[in-house]
Amino acid sequence: MTAPYDVVVIGSGPGGYVAAIRAAQLGLRTACVERAELGGICLNWGCIPTKALLRSAEVLDHFQHAKDYGITVGDVQADFPAMIARSRGIADKVSKGVAFLFRKNKIDSIAGTAKLLPRAGAWKPHEIEVTSGSATKTIQAKHVILATGARARSLPGIELDGRRIIEYRKAMTLATQPRSMVVLGAGAIGVEFASFYRSLGTEVTVVEFLPRLVPNEDPEVSKELARAFDKRGIKSYVDHRLTSAQVKGDKVVMTLEPKGVPGAPSRDAAAAALTLEADVLLVAVGVAANTENLGLEAHGITLERGYIQVDAENRCGDGLWAIGDVIGRGLAHVASAEGVFVAEKIAGVHAEPVRYDAIPACTYCSPEIASVGLTEEKAKAQGVPVKVGKFPFSALAKARAAGDTTGFVKVLWHAETGALVGAHLIGPAVTDLIAELTLAKTTEVNAESLVYTIHAHPTFAETIKGATEAALGHAIDL
Amino acid sequence: MAQIIGLPKLSPTMEEGVLLRWTKKEGDKVSPGDLIAEVETDKASMDFNIEDEGTLLKLLVKEGDTVKLGGPVLIIGKPGEDIAALVAQAGSGAAPEAPKAAAPAPSAQAPAAPVKPSAPPAPTAAAKAAEPARAAATPKAPAPAPSKGDGGPAPGKKLLASPLAKSLAVELGIDLRQIRGTGPGGRIVERDVRTAAEGGAAAAAPAPSEGNGRGAPAAHEVSDEDHTMTQAIAVRPRGTATEPGADFEDVPASNMRKRIAQRLTEAKRDVPHFYLQRSVDAGPLLAFRQKLNDLLGDRGKVSVNDLVVKAVAIALRRMPECNAAWVGDAIRRFHGVHVGVAVSIEDGLVTPVVRDADKKGIGQIAAEIRDLADRAKKRALKGHEISGSTFTVSNLGMFGIERFTAILNPPEAGILAVGAVMDVPVVDKGAVVPGKRMTVSMSCDHRVIDGALGARWLQVFTELVEKPESLAL
Repeated sequence: MTAPYDVVVIGSGPGGYVAAIRAAQLGLRTACVERAELGGICLNWGCIPTKALLRSAEVLDHFQHAKDYGITVGDVQADFPAMIARSRGIADKVSKGVAFLFRKNKIDSIAGTAKLLPRAGAWKPHEIEVTSGSATKTIQAKHVILATGARARSLPGIELDGRRIIEYRKAMTLATQPRSMVVLGAGAIGVEFASFYRSLGTEVTVVEFLPRLVPNEDPEVSKELARAFDKRGIKSYVDHRLTSAQVKGDKVVMTLEPKGVPGAPSRDAAAAALTLEADVLLVAVGVAANTENLGLEAHGITLERGYIQVDAENRCGDGLWAIGDVIGRGLAHVASAEGVFVAEKIAGVHAEPVRYDAIPACTYCSPEIASVGLTEEKAKAQGVPVKVGKFPFSALAKARAAGDTTGFVKVLWHAETGALVGAHLIGPAVTDLIAELTLAKTTEVNAESLVYTIHAHPTFAETIKGATEAALGHAIDL
Repeated sequence: MAQIIGLPKLSPTMEEGVLLRWTKKEGDKVSPGDLIAEVETDKASMDFNIEDEGTLLKLLVKEGDTVKLGGPVLIIGKPGEDIAALVAQAGSGAAPEAPKAAAPAPSAQAPAAPVKPSAPPAPTAAAKAAEPARAAATPKAPAPAPSKGDGGPAPGKKLLASPLAKSLAVELGIDLRQIRGTGPGGRIVERDVRTAAEGGAAAAAPAPSEGNGRGAPAAHEVSDEDHTMTQAIAVRPRGTATEPGADFEDVPASNMRKRIAQRLTEAKRDVPHFYLQRSVDAGPLLAFRQKLNDLLGDRGKVSVNDLVVKAVAIALRRMPECNAAWVGDAIRRFHGVHVGVAVSIEDGLVTPVVRDADKKGIGQIAAEIRDLADRAKKRALKGHEISGSTFTVSNLGMFGIERFTAILNPPEAGILAVGAVMDVPVVDKGAVVPGKRMTVSMSCDHRVIDGALGARWLQVFTELVEKPESLAL
């Protein structure tokens, strides 16, 4: 058997592959085990292919509104299979990019399913059994980083059949465009698919258990999205529970109930029960961590709500670390940040702790949504005094010129220190605009410094300055 | 232009100093590097060399006065300059009229205005922004600029601090130059200012009654090696004779005493100690010492302790695993073997260091230890003579102590406590015969030295002592 690796990473998603590269950069002998495509869900079945689809939808939207810009086009047709094929092709390319980066950094890329074996002794390296088809081999590692990610989960009583009742993975490889679709769950994944299929002309209905769309975002953002979705013809039922879903012929028949105790006297009887019918039901209610058959039990690794428990430095055992979705983080860039942090910890170099208070979150529906830090509600609940400033895109000349005036930028600055508490954006380009605000939060740029930062004119970014001026009480353009 | 010079940091841990003696007087011309005073710090008496050029216009403290780190000491400038304003400024913060050494009392607050231009610029933005009140706020009490080369950031060096840290510093009256940044690249960020502000609040905590003015140590530590020492020693009100029913008296603790209290508390609390004891046959060592002293005649004398120091040094050279320190995420192995020798002095103890003791001859070690001990008692050791040891020897044999255990001297991982050589009956080849035995106790930092490792080291040490000729090799 060869000498043990310094680091073996299990999983090659945005957590795992970044951890492996950072470890290799720091001179550690590194291998990465992947049971499916390199790049994990993000590159193959998540962030990237969905962005490819949403871009197709955006281009289609542009053509459909070409007249608004003084362009006459002929008959515009969406070629659904071609859109899917483009998306798959892009996923394939970025996955190959990971293979290239692994070769470049001399990381051993091992295909197969990994399992931690019980350790022979505290002084011995960890042993990992890798199974690929009928072949099995054992590799050794001083440190193991678990980056196995998560997969879609369903709700009890709703069985995914992969044809009519599907999850996100199937939703990006359907053979034909459904005429009607119900999306269960109005989180980021749900509203992105709702947005995509609506652009293509599918009749879309969103069902959400909580009282608003994108429930993790600021309530004002949810309200703005609801308005925009309504305008685009996306129906939504918030505060509703899906009680059953049955495949009947080539349709799914679903019943909805308003949340709360069924039959409660306060409920309007007419609103009590609702039947929906659609070609496809897309279940987007969240994810479950991939922790099965990893051999965690023998190492005393504990799970809570299905996620691996780690300490403040991502340790889950002696020489064992875990990052990303498998510990419940749920965002690719957080997994990457944790991957870098853990690799630096293992290498013994300075490791800057992950700034969990300054994590940007982006949703790529139309209109786009982005946020960082606390919502106004949470800031109030935590007793953080804030000055709130809001700048609508309708007041921005650049947005007028671009023909996209939906949404706003809302910023929360600490009333006493001037530090950025949170920012909540909905509208054009906001998933890129959030970078400036994240930098402000991470590097402690205060409101005064921000408003004296010259923002190029005309740009969408001017809204950030405008909203901050509004928070300070001296908005120029409002 | 005349300026106030503050008391610089003369030892890495000093927080205040007693001005023992001026070596220059008002009107003297000085250039950088000139010795102008001697200052007693927590560790030793140190030379105060001036960094600036000019004429000493006014000495602000009397001999025997205690001065806080950075507190005004003198005014330097050109002859004939009007220094009335500076004297007033210094006077508002320092206490030049304080009584002599017995009750030194600089007030806990710093001078009202900075001596050299203060670093945190009031953000212009704040002035134009909605909060004019904040812009108007001036630093409440920035410490006077310590003179150059004291370990703090050099004046003029670009200060790396976030905009938030800067505006917060203005608001809380914190001098950013006194803060160590913990952000990426050593940048000063919000938490650093808040930490300093909390420390500052502790320093400014109400002084005990009777105007003794001794609060907690200064808030901001400057040097890197020292940042763990910021924790204040608990200070409680001192009893006085005027207090009804006070059946005790509180003897004011000297700087050294406070320092010892702090360091030993931290060491015993934070370092996982364990102890190994064994007795060694001291017969050969005594015979060898006699031989050496016969050879030396009246050119000097070698003590048992000198030989023990030499044996410790060789044992450390042979087993460098024990010449080490725990540094948080690694074990630091020292390349040099520098043996600290605990020396008892009036009101405390110091640990002067025999550098590279493994490479020095016994005679040289003996002479060095005698010189260091003599000067320690006179408090005339220099800073570099009492720092940098990698292992310590403490010997109470001269008091007839048979065995004792010592508290480690961080960051060292080992200290050897040496007892007296005792005449004891020993069993030799089945018969009880008179023998000479010495008990040594090794205290180990378990993070660095495990039981078996410590035991092996003691084995090596014992072999050296029991075959003392090897010490001369």
